[in-house]
Formats: sequence, C-alpha cells, structure tokens
Amino acid sequence: MALTLSRLRAAFAALALGLSVAGCGYNTIPTAEETAKARWADVQNQYQRRADLIPNLVATVQGYAKQEKDVLTSVVEARAKATSVKIDASQLTDPEKVKQFQDAQNQLSGALGRLIAVSEAYPDLKSNQNFLALQSQLEGTENRIAVARRDYVAAVRDYNLTLSTFPSIIWAKTIFAGNKPMAAFTASEGSDKPPQVKF
Amino acid sequence: MDREPSGSQSGHDAMNRATVARLQMSSPTSNARSGIQSSRARAFASMRARFWIPAFAGMTFGIFALLATLAFALDFPALTGRVVDQANILPPATRTQIETKLAALEDKSGIQLVVATVSSLQGSDIETFSVDLARAWKLGEAKKNNGLLLLVAPNERKVRIEVGYGLEGTMTDALSKVIIQNAIIPKFRSGDYAGGIASGVDAIIDALTVDSAEWQKKAKVRVEQQPDLIDQILPFIIFLLFVFIVISMIRNARGQTGRWVRRGNQTIFIPSSPSSWSGGGGWSSGSSGGDSGFSGGGGSFGGGGASGDW
Repeated sequence: MALTLSRLRAAFAALALGLSVAGCGYNTIPTAEETAKARWADVQNQYQRRADLIPNLVATVQGYAKQEKDVLTSVVEARAKATSVKIDASQLTDPEKVKQFQDAQNQLSGALGRLIAVSEAYPDLKSNQNFLALQSQLEGTENRIAVARRDYVAAVRDYNLTLSTFPSIIWAKTIFAGNKPMAAFTASEGSDKPPQVKF
Repeated sequence: MDREPSGSQSGHDAMNRATVARLQMSSPTSNARSGIQSSRARAFASMRARFWIPAFAGMTFGIFALLATLAFALDFPALTGRVVDQANILPPATRTQIETKLAALEDKSGIQLVVATVSSLQGSDIETFSVDLARAWKLGEAKKNNGLLLLVAPNERKVRIEVGYGLEGTMTDALSKVIIQNAIIPKFRSGDYAGGIASGVDAIIDALTVDSAEWQKKAKVRVEQQPDLIDQILPFIIFLLFVFIVISMIRNARGQTGRWVRRGNQTIFIPSSPSSWSGGGGWSSGSSGGDSGFSGGGGSFGGGGASGDW
C-alpha cells in the first residue's frame, strides 16, 4: 500500500517535472530544428520542380529558335550543374554548402532569364500554346521558390533564436550541445531581379 | 527516493539555496517530488550562473528580431466575408451575386474562394502580398488546403489568383494565367472592374467544378469523415498516453537506463535517451462550418497561382 502510494507520488512528480520541462523550452529546440529541415525540403522540392520543367521548355524553344544555341546550351549546362548540387538536412549548418547550392541555382535562374528574354524575338514561339503554358508554369515555380525560401529563412531564424535565447539556451548548451545554428540564404546582389537584356 | 543522496543540501552556496527555496513547490510533504525538484533546481542554478550573460544577450536579440518582424508586417484588411472590397470598386448588386456563387461553391465542394480588392499593396509586390494575405486569412480547410484568393489591386493595376496547396493540381499556374488573361484583364482594361471580377470568378468556378459529379462524391465523403466523438475523446487519450509514458519512464529509470552523475557536490540525472521525451502531436481545430460569421478554415498556401497586370 505504501509502495503504491509512493509510486503514485513519483508518477505525479515526474508528470509535473515533464510539464515544467516542456514549459521551459526543452521541446522548442527539436521542434524548431525539424521545422527548419522540413522547410528546406520544400525549398529543394521547388527547385527540383523547376529543373523538371526545363527539358520541356528547351525542347519547345529549340523547335522555333535553333540559332539560339548558346543560350540553350547554357541553360542545359546550368541545369545539370544545379541538379548535381544537393544538400541533405544534416549539412544545413554548413554555410559554405548552402552557398554552393545557392550559387548553382542562381546561375540556372540567370540562364533561364536569358532564354525567356531571347524568346521574345520569335513571334511564332511567343504565340505557341505550349510555350505559354510552360512560361506560366515557370513563373509560378519561381514564385513558389521565393515563398519556400522565405519560409525557410523564417524557420532558420526561429531555430537559431532557440539556440541563443532564454530559456531554451539552457538545453542548447547542455543536452543539445551538438546542435549548431543553420545557415540562411543570403540575398545575392540583384538575384531577385530578372536579368537586364540590352540589344 | 532512496537514490537521492541524503544531506545533499549542505555545502551549497547561498545563491543555490535561494534558488532551491524559490523553486520548491508548496507541498514539501512528498519526498520524491522535492527530491527531483531540488536536484533540478541545483542543476538549474549552476547553469544560471554560466548562461546569464549569453541568455541576456539572446533575449535582447530576440526582442530586436521581434521588432524587426513587426516593422515589416503588412497591414491586412479583416476577413469580413467572401468578398472583401477594400478598394471599393464593386457595386452592391455584383457583390451579392458573387457572394452567392462563392457560398454555393463552398457548400458543394468545400472549396473556399474569397475575392479581395485592396487599396494599396503597401510597397510589396502582389505575389508576396497575396500569399501573406491568404495565409493570414487561412482560407480553405486545414486538412485539404483547398483555399483560393482572387486579389485585385486597382491602384497598382495588378491582379493575382492565389491557389492553396491542395488545389495546385486542379488550378494549375497555366490555367490561372489563362483565366487572368482571357476572363479578367480584357474587362479591367476597359475599366469594368465589376465585370472582370465576376467573369473571373465564373471562370475559376467552372475550372474547379468541371467534373461536378466527382466533386459531389468528394463532398459526401468529406461529411462522413468528421467523427465528432473521436475529436472529443482524443485529447483525453493523448493525456492518458502521456501519463503512461511518464510512468514507464520512471520504471525505466529505476532499471538504470539513465545515469546519476556526480559532479563536485551536485548529483544530476541524465536520461539515456532524451529523444523519448518528445511526445504529443499538433492539435489544430478544423473549420466548424457554422453559419455564424465567415472565417478561414486553416488552409495553407505555398505560392501557387498566377499574376497579371493591365
């Protein structure tokens, strides 16, 4: 009888401790970490979606504008390079890796911008239904990339804050001592604007 | 708790004792409770000294970060109904007509389509403004993310269809673009905002209800999938589960799955697998579907859709 009572008390004490630990921000670090990783998966998904659109787009443009070989090759090459740079969630704490990924994708963005710009010179291409559909899909995907990147940056900021703010810093310095801050995207110069084309 | 070393209170500095006193609960009758509490408090007190400065710096940083977020936040109109006409470009008759259609769409398929006109994009581009607005309003059901927003900014001459995650397959970017180009923009160009919005809404509804029989079937399934009883007892079950986990953890602790580590004159318990602490799931309320007022159902958006200008 006495044993069960003390067990019951122990259970309640552990429950109280558990709740107070949860209230003390113990859970915030893993939660924020997983959220940031999930947002990163979204970012990569959207970039992949863009990469998947490109073969179709290149094929369509090729049918009308064979002479734009340079631009078409640069898009294909940039795509190959961008799809070869992959980051899994555990490498997000390495700013150098994130920058590599970002640079490769930015190069592809630039090449795609040039492709869309030169296609303006071909009226037949511009009025092709397939091309119009691809173009609007590409626009939509670029927008999704922007949204996914914004969400990732916000999630990383939340996560990094949990590592440096009270009360979760207590856990960050003890049990989660191995957790490092993640790297956010750095807005590269002019990357958010379409490239200017001069004729 | 026989594992708790006796007389461990002695030999502590004044700061630790003060913290222990402050943290002790009002019922010191339970040995187990005060034992755990005081060992926790000691660990806490030693950390307090070590992390006071970084914690303070972190808090300051946090406050600045919060202020920065607030400074960038856009000022959205309130979701007063299915048509939010902040820019005041819709005559009441058209407005009522559109509202009826939108209500019928939601009844039939569960899709929440909202028309919004704004007097200003507040310096933001329409893509950012629209996805933030749609997220703020939480259009669509939480589980299906089937919300849509038709946003018109007459002063910036921009229009956008924002598509929720769940509808990106039906309402593709290309289709959204076609609707904007063919149904909306020609009328906007001639200054007929009401006509453009009305024909845009019609085109969107057409695109969403091509196979209306299938949608009706889905709507039926949706109603059947609302188990009210489970919704009510689930929190209780989760609570029981939590208690059960805690009890089994205590048993495990007795079976030495963790370590009591002695550092100087402090003894702290390190559980063997800290990951087993995380538990419980997210708990979000779905849309009630009641008649009292109109509100979003918790749907989310990822930037799908298309924009246009005129």
